Amino acid sequence: MQDQILVSVKDLHTHFELRRGVFGRAGIVRAVDGVSFELRHGEAIAVVGESGCGKSTLARTILGLYRPTKGQVLFEGRPLDGDLRWYRAQIGYVQQDPYGALPPFMDVHRILTEPLVINNFQGDRERRIREVLEEVKLTPVEDFLYKFPHQLSGGQQQRLVIARAMILRPKFIVADEPVSMLDASVRVEILELLRALQRSHDLTVIYITHDLSTVRYFAERIFVMYAGKLIEKAPVQQLLKDPKHPYTQALLAAIPDPDPANAKTFKKVPPGEPPSLVNPPSGCRFHPRCPAFIAGLCDKETPPEFEPSPGHFVECWLYR
Amino acid sequence: MTERPVSQGQLIWRRFRRHKLGTLGGIIIVILMVLTLFAHFIAPYDYATQRRRFAYAPPTKIHFFDKEGRLSWPFVYGIQRERDPRGRWIYRENTDQVYPIKLFVKGDPYKLFWLIPTDIHLFGTGERDLNSPGQIFLFGTDDVGRDLFSRTLIGGWVSLSIGPLALAISLTLAIVFGGISGYFGGGWDNFIQRMIEVLNSFPGLPLLLALAAILPPGLPPAISFLLIIMILSILGWGGTARALRGLFLVLREQEFALAAKAMGASNARIIFKHLLPNTLSYLIVSATLGIPGLILAEASLSFLGFGIRDPMTSWGQLLNQFTDSTITNLTYHPWLMIPGFFIIVAVLAFNFMGDALRDATDPFSVQGR
Ligand SMILES: Nc1ncnc2c1ncn2[C@@H]1O[C@H](COP(=O)(O)OP(=O)(O)OP(=O)(O)O)[C@@H](O)[C@H]1O
Ligand code: SF4
Ligand SMILES: [Mg+2]
Repeated sequence: MQDQILVSVKDLHTHFELRRGVFGRAGIVRAVDGVSFELRHGEAIAVVGESGCGKSTLARTILGLYRPTKGQVLFEGRPLDGDLRWYRAQIGYVQQDPYGALPPFMDVHRILTEPLVINNFQGDRERRIREVLEEVKLTPVEDFLYKFPHQLSGGQQQRLVIARAMILRPKFIVADEPVSMLDASVRVEILELLRALQRSHDLTVIYITHDLSTVRYFAERIFVMYAGKLIEKAPVQQLLKDPKHPYTQALLAAIPDPDPANAKTFKKVPPGEPPSLVNPPSGCRFHPRCPAFIAGLCDKETPPEFEPSPGHFVECWLYR
Repeated sequence: MTERPVSQGQLIWRRFRRHKLGTLGGIIIVILMVLTLFAHFIAPYDYATQRRRFAYAPPTKIHFFDKEGRLSWPFVYGIQRERDPRGRWIYRENTDQVYPIKLFVKGDPYKLFWLIPTDIHLFGTGERDLNSPGQIFLFGTDDVGRDLFSRTLIGGWVSLSIGPLALAISLTLAIVFGGISGYFGGGWDNFIQRMIEVLNSFPGLPLLLALAAILPPGLPPAISFLLIIMILSILGWGGTARALRGLFLVLREQEFALAAKAMGASNARIIFKHLLPNTLSYLIVSATLGIPGLILAEASLSFLGFGIRDPMTSWGQLLNQFTDSTITNLTYHPWLMIPGFFIIVAVLAFNFMGDALRDATDPFSVQGR
């Protein structure tokens, strides 16, 4: 089971058209622009990147919420196209803002019933609702069943979002910055809950964050995203000890101790302007900010993926 | 220790009751509804029966003390008609004729709830002769001697039911078209928006006048009633649909809409179950503010002679009597304005209630305990 590929993403592009007025097309936002990777069954990976680099768009495209402009996503070898009903019960989506993710006019019971009804869950629905609430530790269940989202604390709301994502027993969870909107005091609890669920259910997880210090909870691999591309992919320890891409190096420069457990200070924005996704820089997108920039190459040709050491991929001309 | 969870409905109810004016408005509306629903029974007379001898009779006084000043069962004196020095009819009380008010008296025949034929009225003098001086006109009479109180109650049913019925239709249209427009966008949105523009560019008043001209004058009252409802709702849904479109444009981008999509909900389910409830507050406000508008619209229609026509009646149609000789009528027969007072009270009551409901249904307001 471990080595089976569950999700594979092939040359994925998701572009948005920027409209101006009724006729004008102001440009194209290349939010996801050529992303490929594979996830094994039960594997958890983290995607890190600065704000606006396309993380949420990548998540939503993989979840089948946005149609890719180019490329495809395969789940257990089956491409996502046409009617995606088969896919819906296999996936769970944990969003960034738990309050916004919960319909304000439904109580807990109703919120959890929705996915069961929509996906025609066979079996005892009430029991499943209780089970999943206990699993996310919204207990005693009776106290929560008929509460509305606004009657729950932020942490409880996020537990409910997780319960909703888990209720159909999915194989695959996409958690998009699940703790960034929460109080620091409850972040660790929620991350530990997610990790416990990942372990006990053998879930495949994509954990999106801009905070490297939380990556240790989802330990296997880190993908670094920059301007719509995954510019470096490596096992966590390897990436932290030996970052290859100048962008990753800049990200980690502020962290004296490479152990992610101690990585409290994550320098969010390396020097220079974040790139525009409408008119991205030619060649390597990082070249205007890159200290190691190779004139005549980096600004002309887009670097392909190199593999300087086994399992460590990087899109940078330095490793050609 | 464990607190029983309260349902959303209970929450709304609690918050609503804290709103004093809103509660008052609600009570007034309920009273008006009951009065108009049982109108034929409560009214002492039929709405169409003319007592020509008593044209423009002022409101009849009800007496509780007899000539000697002793407390007595409520009664009225006989109405005596005389000419004033300028030759106008005036009415005096003839204190020699005493008519005690009787309960559950036989009077003009009618159908209770438009179904059960009967002739029992809640109160009256019991005089069956149209020319008998023993009459009870609580709000006075009109130019042909019809009892204004009876006409106000019976006309109230038309005025109060046109609003909700027309609204039900126009809100349904607005929800369907506004929802599709806002949620799907694109070509449908364009088409629906142009359609609304065309509808809104119809000049309302001339259109209604043209319709009034086309329609045969002898139309049965029920048909003209339905026609008014259709016309008001078809002309009226555009604005609400526009507003709903705007709300849906915002709602469809909300995270919870995306969450519903991620779990595989169909578009119809997302629109009606996940997004529409969030517009409830707006819908309620728009409805309660729309009802007075429709009551007034019906009044204007009837005023223009299209819509509810004599002898059928409504509050608006009752005000129509001012068309001929407004000033004279107002000066000499001020009681003819009473139906207007009902319009004002109903409009205010709906507005107060709408306000209270808006606050009560706002999910973001602090939870009431
Ligand atoms: N529906 C959309 N239409 C047009 N542009 C969009 C849309 N969604 C996202 N974008 C644009 O795509 C880019 C990437 O957005 P995305 O939300 O994926 O970034 P992100 O990495 O998740 O950022 P954050 O860390 O702030 O959540 C942004 O420039 C954003 O403005
Ligand atoms: S490709 Fe060139 S510009 Fe881009 S990161 Fe590597 S060295 Fe820097
Ligand atoms: Mg995001």
